[in-house]
Amino acid sequence: MTLNPMITLKIDGVQISVPEGTTILKAAKDNGILIPTLCDLEGLTPYGGCRLCLVEVTGSPKLFPACITPASPGMEVTTNSDRLKDYRRTAVQMLMAERVHICAVCVANDHCELQALANQLGVDHVALERNFTREQIDSSHDFLVIDRNRCILCTRCIRICDQIEGVHTLDLKLRSKNTEVIMDLDESWGNSCSCTSCRKCAKVCPVGAIYIEGEPITQTKNRDVAEFITARRNRK
Amino acid sequence: MLKAFEDAVKEFGVENICKVARTGCIGTCSVGPAVLVDPGDYLYQCVTLENAREIVQKHIVLGEPVKRILYNNEGYFQKQQRLVLRNAGKIDPTRIQDYISVGGYFALAKCLATMTPQGVVDEITNSGLRGRGGAGFPVGQKWSLVARAHNTPKYIVANLDEGDPGVFANRTLAEADPHAIIEGMLIAGYAIGAQKGYIYIRSEYPLAIQTLQKAIAQAKDMNLLGDNILETQHKFDLELRFGAGAFVAGEETAILVSVEGRRAQPRPRPPYPANQGLWTKPTLIQNVESLANAPLIVLNGWAWFKSFGLPNCTGTKCFSLTGEINNPGLIEVPMGITLREIVYDIGGGISNGKKFKSVLVGGPSGGCLPEPLLEAPIDYDSLKKVGAIMGSGGIVVLNENSCMVDTARYFTDFCIEESCGKCTPCRAGLARVKEIFDRITTGEGELNDIDILEKASEYISNASLCGLGQTAPNPILTTLRYFREEYLEHIVDKKCRAGVCFKNEKAEE
Ligand SMILES: Cc1cc2nc3c(=O)[nH]c(=O)nc-3n(C[C@H](O)[C@H](O)[C@H](O)COP(=O)(O)O)c2cc1C
Ligand code: SF4
Ligand code: SF4
Ligand code: FES
Repeated sequence: MTLNPMITLKIDGVQISVPEGTTILKAAKDNGILIPTLCDLEGLTPYGGCRLCLVEVTGSPKLFPACITPASPGMEVTTNSDRLKDYRRTAVQMLMAERVHICAVCVANDHCELQALANQLGVDHVALERNFTREQIDSSHDFLVIDRNRCILCTRCIRICDQIEGVHTLDLKLRSKNTEVIMDLDESWGNSCSCTSCRKCAKVCPVGAIYIEGEPITQTKNRDVAEFITARRNRK
Repeated sequence: MLKAFEDAVKEFGVENICKVARTGCIGTCSVGPAVLVDPGDYLYQCVTLENAREIVQKHIVLGEPVKRILYNNEGYFQKQQRLVLRNAGKIDPTRIQDYISVGGYFALAKCLATMTPQGVVDEITNSGLRGRGGAGFPVGQKWSLVARAHNTPKYIVANLDEGDPGVFANRTLAEADPHAIIEGMLIAGYAIGAQKGYIYIRSEYPLAIQTLQKAIAQAKDMNLLGDNILETQHKFDLELRFGAGAFVAGEETAILVSVEGRRAQPRPRPPYPANQGLWTKPTLIQNVESLANAPLIVLNGWAWFKSFGLPNCTGTKCFSLTGEINNPGLIEVPMGITLREIVYDIGGGISNGKKFKSVLVGGPSGGCLPEPLLEAPIDYDSLKKVGAIMGSGGIVVLNENSCMVDTARYFTDFCIEESCGKCTPCRAGLARVKEIFDRITTGEGELNDIDILEKASEYISNASLCGLGQTAPNPILTTLRYFREEYLEHIVDKKCRAGVCFKNEKAEE
C-alpha cells in the first residue's frame, strides 16, 4: 500500500497531521476529538445524509459534513461551536419527530445511537410536533424484522448489504418523507430471492428499525462489523 | 391550422413565393395561436382557421397586412433582447437547413477551422457568460476546469430537466431551436476535449424529445455529429437520457447518477463533477440555455456579447412570466432590467384591474418580493441580496387576492414533496415546518411559531446537502421579511386579508 503524504490542519485549535485524503471525521477521531455521527459507519462508503457531523471551516460560509470532506492542508476546523451544537440538537429533534420514536417500547432501548445522541447533546424533550406514522412493519422473514416507523433513513443497511454482503437486496423507494427501505423490487422480506439472511443489516442499524426476532438486542448489534470485515479484506 | 394555411396558399396559387412552416413557440402565451409572416416580422394573434384564407389573400397576394388581427402589443417585445431565442418562432425546428440558413453551425466551423480549444475557452471566459441553470457559476471557468482535468474520457451533460412548476424556457428552446443546443454542445466538446454528450431531458416533454431526436438524426446525416466532423479529426456523439419527473434530478450530482441509471439523489461536493462526474470521469454539466449562448459568442466575439446586460453580469436571460398579469409568456431580457419593467412594460401589468401584491422570482424556492423591490435590477447578486434567486427563471406575479402565508405554505409543500429524502433538514425539517403552517392557516398559530419558523428555516438552508434544501426556505424567509404583518394577522386576529386561509378549511369540512 502506498502511503499518502502527510498534511497538517487544525481541529478545534489542535494541530493535527494526517495522511492526505483522510476525512475530517477520521482525522478528528484519531486525535481524540469526537464528532457526532449517525449515517456514517467505518467500513462503508460515506453518505453525508444525516447532517449531524457538520463542522465549520474558517473562511467558508458553508458547513461541511466531516464524514465525507477530506482534510486539506492548513484547514482550520471547528467542531463544537454553539451554532453547531444547536443545529445538532435540532437535527436529533427533527429525526425524533419525523416518525415513531418511543424509546420505552423500542427493542433498541439503551442500544440506540439516536437515543444516545439525544442524551449526549442534552435533548430532553422534542419541541416539534411528533408525527405518528403508519409505515409498514414487515416480519415475513424467518427472523429479520423491519419496522419502518423507526427508520431514520441512514442507509447503513443498504450500504452494508450492497458493499459487504454484495447482494443489494435493500434499497430505497419513493422520495420526500415517503422514502422507504425496500427489499428487491418492493417484495416482502420473506419473499426476497436475493436476501442471504446474513443479519448484517440488523447488526449495523443505528436504531431499532431492523432487529432479529427473539434475539436479545445486545447480541444482535455489532456496529463494528463493517470496519472489521473491510479491514480484513484489505489486508491481503 | 398548418393545413388551413397550406390549403389557402394552394388556393391562391402562391406556392412558389410562399412557404408555410411550423415553428416553435414565439413566447406570447396569451394570444396564441400566433402566425408570423416574413419578411417584415408581421405577427398575427389569436388566429382562427377562418383567418388563414384572409391572411394569405390580403397579406401574401395583395401585400396588405390584415391590421385588425395583427399583434398590437409593442411593449412586449420592445424591452426584450432575443439572443438565445433568436430563432424561436422564426425557423422550422424540424429542418436543419433552416438553422444553417440563419447562420447555424457556422460557429462550430469557425472553432474547428480557426480556433484552438484553449482559444474557445478563452472566448467564453472573456464573454463573462454565467450559468443559466440557477447558480450562475462562470461558464468559461467551468470549461477550463474540465479542460484541465487529466482523466479521460470526458463527458458533457446538458441539463434540460426543468422540474420547476410553471417554468418552460428550456423546453421552448428545445422545441423551437434544437440545433442551437446541439451546436453549443459540439463547441463545448471541442473546447474541453469531450467526445460524448448526453442531453438529460424530462420525459414529460414529448414534443421537445421528438424535436431533439430528429435534430440529432439530421446532424448525424450531415456529418455534424459522429466521427470526423466537418472533415476534421473532431469526434462527438450525442444521446438523450430521460428523467422520471423529479425536480431534484436537475441538481448536478443527482443528474449524474440518474444518467448512470441509478436513483437521483445528490451527493456532497467536493469532488466536483468537473473532476469526478459521470463514471468518475471529468464531466461538464451545463444548462441548455448556457450552451445555446456559446455559438453566438464564438461567432460574434466576446466583446459583442459583453455589450448586452451589465458589466459584471453579461448577456440575457430567459424568464417564464406567469401569474396574474396581462401578457404571460416566455421572455428574454438583458441582465440588469428591473422587475418593474418586466411586470409592467413587458407583462402589461396586473390582469383584471387588480392590485399588485408580490412577485416570486426564482421558482418554488425563490423569494417573494414586495412592491418597493420592483426597482431591483435582475442579476445574480442583486437577487441574492433581497432574498430571491435566479433559479431556473420563473417569475410568478401575485395580486391582492393572494395570501402570502398561504403562498409560502404552497411552495414549501412543493419542496417537501420533491425532497429526495436523503438528508435530515430537508426531509424531516421541511415537513415539520409545514405543520406549523397548517396551524397558522387554520387559526391555531401561536406567536412563537414565527420564531420556530425562522430558526428552522435558517437551519434547513445552512445544513442541507443540496440546493433544494438550501433554497427551499426562501419563500418562508422572504414572506416573513416583507409580509410579516400578514403572519401576525393570521396568528393574533385569526384573519386572512386575502380571504384564502380559514375559508379553505371550512369548505373542506
Ligand atoms: C434542486 C435543484 C434543481 C435543479 N434543476 C435544474 C434544472 O432543471 N435545470 C438546470 O439547468 N439546472 C438545474 N439545477 C442547477 C444545476 O445543479 C446546475 O447548477 C446547472 O445545471 C449547471 O449549469 P449552468 O452552470 O449552465 O447553470 C438545479 C439545482 C438544484 C439544486
Ligand atoms: S433500517 Fe436502520 S440501517 Fe436501514 S436506513 Fe433505516 S435506520 Fe438506517
Ligand atoms: S437537500 Fe433535500 S433534495 Fe437535497 S440532498 Fe438533502 S434531502 Fe435531498
Ligand atoms: S455522519 Fe456525516 S452526514 Fe451523517
